[in-house]
Amino acid sequence: MRRSKYIRPEHLLNNGDRPRLTTSAMIASIAGPDQPTKPAPFGHTLAAIADRDPRIVGLSADLAKYTDLHIFRAAHPDRFYQMGMAEQLLMMAAAGMAREGFQPWVTTYAVFASRRAYDFICLAIAEEMLDVKIVCALPGLTTGYGPSHQASEDIAMFRGMPNLTIIDPCDAHEIEQAVPAIAAHKGPVYMRLLRGNVPLVLDEYGYQFELGNAKLIRDGRDTLIISSGLMTMRALEAAKQLQRNGVDAAVLHVPTIKPLDEATILAECRRAGRLVVVAENHTLIGGLGEAIAATLMRSDVRPAAFRQIALPDQFLEAGALPTLHDQYGLSTGKVVSAIKGWLDE
Amino acid sequence: MAEIGHNVSLSERARRIRRNALRMGEVQGQGYIAQALGVADVLAVSYFHATSYRPEDPEWEGRDRFLLSIGHYAIALYAALIEAKIIPEDELETYGTDESRLPMSGMAAYTPGMEITGGSLGHGLGIAVGICLALKRKGSKSFVYNLFSDGELDEGSTWEAAMSAGSYKLDNLIGIVDVNQMQADGPSLGVMNFEPLAPKFESFGWFVQRVDGNDIDALVKAFDAARHQDAPKPRLIICDTKMAKGVPFLEARERNHFLRVEPHEWAEALKIIDAGAVA
Repeated sequence: MRRSKYIRPEHLLNNGDRPRLTTSAMIASIAGPDQPTKPAPFGHTLAAIADRDPRIVGLSADLAKYTDLHIFRAAHPDRFYQMGMAEQLLMMAAAGMAREGFQPWVTTYAVFASRRAYDFICLAIAEEMLDVKIVCALPGLTTGYGPSHQASEDIAMFRGMPNLTIIDPCDAHEIEQAVPAIAAHKGPVYMRLLRGNVPLVLDEYGYQFELGNAKLIRDGRDTLIISSGLMTMRALEAAKQLQRNGVDAAVLHVPTIKPLDEATILAECRRAGRLVVVAENHTLIGGLGEAIAATLMRSDVRPAAFRQIALPDQFLEAGALPTLHDQYGLSTGKVVSAIKGWLDE
Repeated sequence: MAEIGHNVSLSERARRIRRNALRMGEVQGQGYIAQALGVADVLAVSYFHATSYRPEDPEWEGRDRFLLSIGHYAIALYAALIEAKIIPEDELETYGTDESRLPMSGMAAYTPGMEITGGSLGHGLGIAVGICLALKRKGSKSFVYNLFSDGELDEGSTWEAAMSAGSYKLDNLIGIVDVNQMQADGPSLGVMNFEPLAPKFESFGWFVQRVDGNDIDALVKAFDAARHQDAPKPRLIICDTKMAKGVPFLEARERNHFLRVEPHEWAEALKIIDAGAVA
């Protein structure tokens, strides 16, 4: 899929009736065709908890509709502040409102919060431990729009910011539980948002989100997959497929990236004889995988092997999301084949 | 509260603010002294004519919020906060020393009366917008002042904030921009031409006044007009000030963004300032 403006893509033009996936496919949802979903769990949950908590206000930078904050805006129009397409202002204004006792929930895309507004989150919000919740759509690789919209390094950037709590939820069930927990937590939080029709996965496992805690969702003898965000969904699907191939895979879900639940991670990694695989929707650099690797090194814990499933250190391509997830190794099929390959080494 | 034409007491406040700043400067031997001397009259009128606060309770809910966007002007604000009895005078000698509540760049967590952590320039006006929106939600009648610099006009975030303040018609916001024509790399207009400044803000929906920032009577009039303006607009007072105002041998230095002052010169500067004291 190497492309160049100097080479005409003849193979696309003369390929008969072969259907091509389009970039706009799955624009409103990362759900697969048969997956149960819930609409806008963030927007509905925030609107509901705001009924009981008058401190909550919502701010967006011209992306309310694309971050599910429009649900909150419809429920509480006088508590919604449109800051225009100005992410620096978005963070400064949120800091000002938090100083006066409100709890601002600000939304934009993860690329803009991390790359454009970093200084404003860092100094105006985090340094003063202000109670601002930053909720950002399109984390990692969840859009096919190309590097301008793909926040493949958001966690790497935000992990370096003191005081900031980082949450990477897996599905609608978890978002519904995480939003009130984040509201109850005093201090700045960055949450990666899954928007639109969000897959519903963790309800069938009786899962309960607890801020700061990793949870073992399924146990297994051969390999331990440690994952966050949508990769937990992929890890659980992969574990089912691996089971059919005689591989017993455990899945440890780590929705709180910072502060990291090192105790649980170390306890699981100390169990002998398992391949440890960290799977994340994020670049290989500076995310969950490297955080866990460093934790293991510092504690002298050496699993049988340690591998990472993550995005490469590249600006990613534009295209249809299923194509890109396959290309960069985040699809269930690629997770399964990667783990089988490592177990065979 | 002083009346127009009878502002002797405000002049004396400004003199004492200059004196406090010089004494802090002497602790370091160098620093942002010229800015402090230049903006002392603006701070005198702000703290002793235009702003409501309780010295014994710097976080009193009914106070006007005074934000210092320009973190390195902390020496100037401390000088005013000492004069306002929000900071005890004897802490002056700790300025910029280890464990002091008076760091060289302003920090909200360290200093009573310091509303925000400045220093990353271009933050204050946007934070002020958020505070203004919050005060309106609370039904508060307090004003929000944001003191920023001509250098901060280079920052895009200042203009994001300026446009939103006009859009939200924030009539509880009073911006004060200190135009002292000096930035780190030299004269401000040579670094980036921000003129014509008043029409820029007017076109963003602001009520704008431009005054000699070292003329106390003019400042009093401008602050009064800003507070009592009926138009539903944010207000801006552009203050043209002179770097190092009041100490002629420092005024004369060409590059005075970060002044180095010889040990014997501090006493000389204080002597000049004290000569203006009201008996």
